[in-house]
Amino acid sequence: MPDKKSEEKKIGVFVCHCGTNIGGLVDCEKLAEYSKTLPNVKYSEHNLYTCSETGLAAIKKAVQEKDLNRVVVASCTPRTHEPLFRECIEEAGLNPYLFNFVNIRDQCTWVHMKDSKAAFEKSKDLIRMGVSKAEKLEELEKIIVEVNPTALVIGGGVSGINCALSLNNQGFNTFLVEKEAKLGGRLKDLYQVFPSDREASELLDELLVKVKEAKKLTVYSSSKLKSINGFIGNYEIEIEQRNHNINLNVGIIVVAVGATSYKPLSLFNYNGKNIITQLELENKLREDQIEANDIVMIQCVGSRNADREYCSSICCMTALKNAIIIKEREPNRNISILFRDLYTPGTIYEEYYRKAREAGVLFIKYTPDKQPIIDKSVVKVYNQYINSEISIPFDLVVLATPLIANNDNRELAQLLKVPLEENKFFLEAHVKLRPIDFATDGVYICGSAKWPADISESTTQGLAAASRAGTILSHKTIEVEGATAYIPDWNKDLCKGCEVCIKICPYNAIVKDENNEIQIIQALCKGCGTCASTCTKKAIVIRHFTNEQILSEILAFGGEKVA
Amino acid sequence: MSFEPKILGFLCNWCSYAGADLAGVSRIQYPPNIRVIRVMCSGRVDPEFIFDGFEAGIDGIIVMGCHPGDCHYLEGNYEAEKKFNMVEKLLSFVDMNERVRLEWVSASEGNRFAEVVTEFTDKIKKLGPSPVKDTSKAKELLNKLNALKMSAVSYRLRALVGRERAVTEQENVYGEKVSLERFNDVFENAIFDEYIRNRIVLSLKEDEKSVKDLAIELNMEPSKILEHILILKGRSQVAMDKIVGITPLYISTLEE
Repeated sequence: MPDKKSEEKKIGVFVCHCGTNIGGLVDCEKLAEYSKTLPNVKYSEHNLYTCSETGLAAIKKAVQEKDLNRVVVASCTPRTHEPLFRECIEEAGLNPYLFNFVNIRDQCTWVHMKDSKAAFEKSKDLIRMGVSKAEKLEELEKIIVEVNPTALVIGGGVSGINCALSLNNQGFNTFLVEKEAKLGGRLKDLYQVFPSDREASELLDELLVKVKEAKKLTVYSSSKLKSINGFIGNYEIEIEQRNHNINLNVGIIVVAVGATSYKPLSLFNYNGKNIITQLELENKLREDQIEANDIVMIQCVGSRNADREYCSSICCMTALKNAIIIKEREPNRNISILFRDLYTPGTIYEEYYRKAREAGVLFIKYTPDKQPIIDKSVVKVYNQYINSEISIPFDLVVLATPLIANNDNRELAQLLKVPLEENKFFLEAHVKLRPIDFATDGVYICGSAKWPADISESTTQGLAAASRAGTILSHKTIEVEGATAYIPDWNKDLCKGCEVCIKICPYNAIVKDENNEIQIIQALCKGCGTCASTCTKKAIVIRHFTNEQILSEILAFGGEKVA
Repeated sequence: MSFEPKILGFLCNWCSYAGADLAGVSRIQYPPNIRVIRVMCSGRVDPEFIFDGFEAGIDGIIVMGCHPGDCHYLEGNYEAEKKFNMVEKLLSFVDMNERVRLEWVSASEGNRFAEVVTEFTDKIKKLGPSPVKDTSKAKELLNKLNALKMSAVSYRLRALVGRERAVTEQENVYGEKVSLERFNDVFENAIFDEYIRNRIVLSLKEDEKSVKDLAIELNMEPSKILEHILILKGRSQVAMDKIVGITPLYISTLEE
């Protein structure tokens, strides 16, 4: 807004202690005092928690009483808290883009814990940089886009089905895309599920009946995603079903692709016959094919090691549940469970452990440096309590292998432009604050696609994703990011029509209009800014990340030119 | 007191900035020298920013983006790489190319972020303070940096960087594709030529000079300088001021 450039800048700085997270290392009061010495800063204060109701009220009060027109908060990270503070200053009557975030926790006090002096100096620099950018911030209008009240759920396992059913029940048209021929995911392979001890097939049948009855739910089985275009509220999806393509238009996307059970091909002489996995045991239990008398279960096979550091979370309970089922059928069978640590969290799961012990299941702890060894018909394991190796005869060994990420996760992640974590599971926006969202607006995650989850956890997450999606789908229109690229009127003469920007824009948001002038379509632009740094004439400006704003940060850190 | 360098980091919002936050959440400690400027995409980092940073006395600059194939904006990191390659070549003319770094850090690589920052900080510590801070050389160096920055924002180099992927990865209407080698040859020559041309323009801004004067100043063949002068005349960046004896003197027509 060029006409506002002359307006006096009145910046308020709020330094957050974040309890002891920041305040425990650096003196926030001094930081607030320092802030007052910076150009255009008219007010500053420090708060125990700026994000708390008291903190937010303090911002609003200061904006109104001190007539502030720019707000800077120095605290955690914009990735989690920027929306909150933007909303706060909007409520105080300011344009939400007149807010700037300074990260002095995640990228300062938490990572320089042994050097409070350096952390203090760094905080000062970061606040100075943040204030200088704030001075250059301009009011922006959010862009309004229409929302197609339709959902796409990728993956028809227990989390995906529950999510799709919930979306259907909320009244939204929903597409459920499953790559296999039948719905059900891993549930298809299981016998009984904990903690209800119901048969998985019964549970699945119930869900499938509901799917059939769901009026707004369409299932595409044997289908694979081919392409995804568009943005929140307006995605264009292409799926391939048995060699022909189907186009779908949806407003949001839920990733519920689940995980794959690991086959321990080179571990513990696995052969799929008398040395099998827990998953294969489920099938034997269902068919009532267990003839073995001496059964040894080995936990943590292929997990919590150098290749896969994580705990697969479902295997302890699976082993306990299956051991109890076998014991109940035939109490005289011998079952030994060789474990590293036994995890039975919550109020119900511990009961399984007690029950298994009462039924006579033998528990032997082993350590990773002394792995059990399978030697012909015995399992040799070092027992640390009696400090010697013992041999347990077996006619069936059951290996608890982890759930691992699907091998096509990478492909899907690239289509969706969402990240994977180091084990190739999908990575949520924030593990505590936004556990069901991706950082990308309008895309959600649930079930074992994110982390090995049991049935009740997958169901919970599926329902959670549906309600998160509902917060978008229930609106006719939503506001999307206003920080886009544009060519200001005063730069129009600079553009020589070289068209480099057109080729470089990944979203085809830049076109030449009938007058042969470059136009940037605002609803398609996602504000990455690559066009501006490529523009041969520097005519393109990126709102909220203008050259002047970035330069002001650089100079605030480096100091004015040396010469 | 030991030298504590000023390190500037440009981090993309989606991968590297998230990776830096994760380092914090995991309490992974690293040297406190880095100050971060958040941009939405590493592709946003205009080559000009790097020169602005060095002019302002920053000792080392690191740009971080998503791993290839993981860019939130599809291909912004590839563009960042092309721009970075140009910046690195330009900086090599003043022996400052080791003070910049491009790294890919994902949202899950908190450890890697800390490692990269630690390693880069150590390296800049070893290199010592930026030569810009050496007052005996600052004037000459800043003049050169200015010529480098002018080159980085010149139409020719920006057009070449902007089209690099299009001409080397896609066929043109005649079904021809330029090999990366051939492109790099052309590009490298263009980078050097533009740098020299901007040195000439800046030099002529101070004072009117002859081709011979410039040849001595820039340590180049007079015939080469004359070629550049002719091109610069064509671009209306220099003009002949007067002829003294039989020697034409040139001035810069560059406006402030």
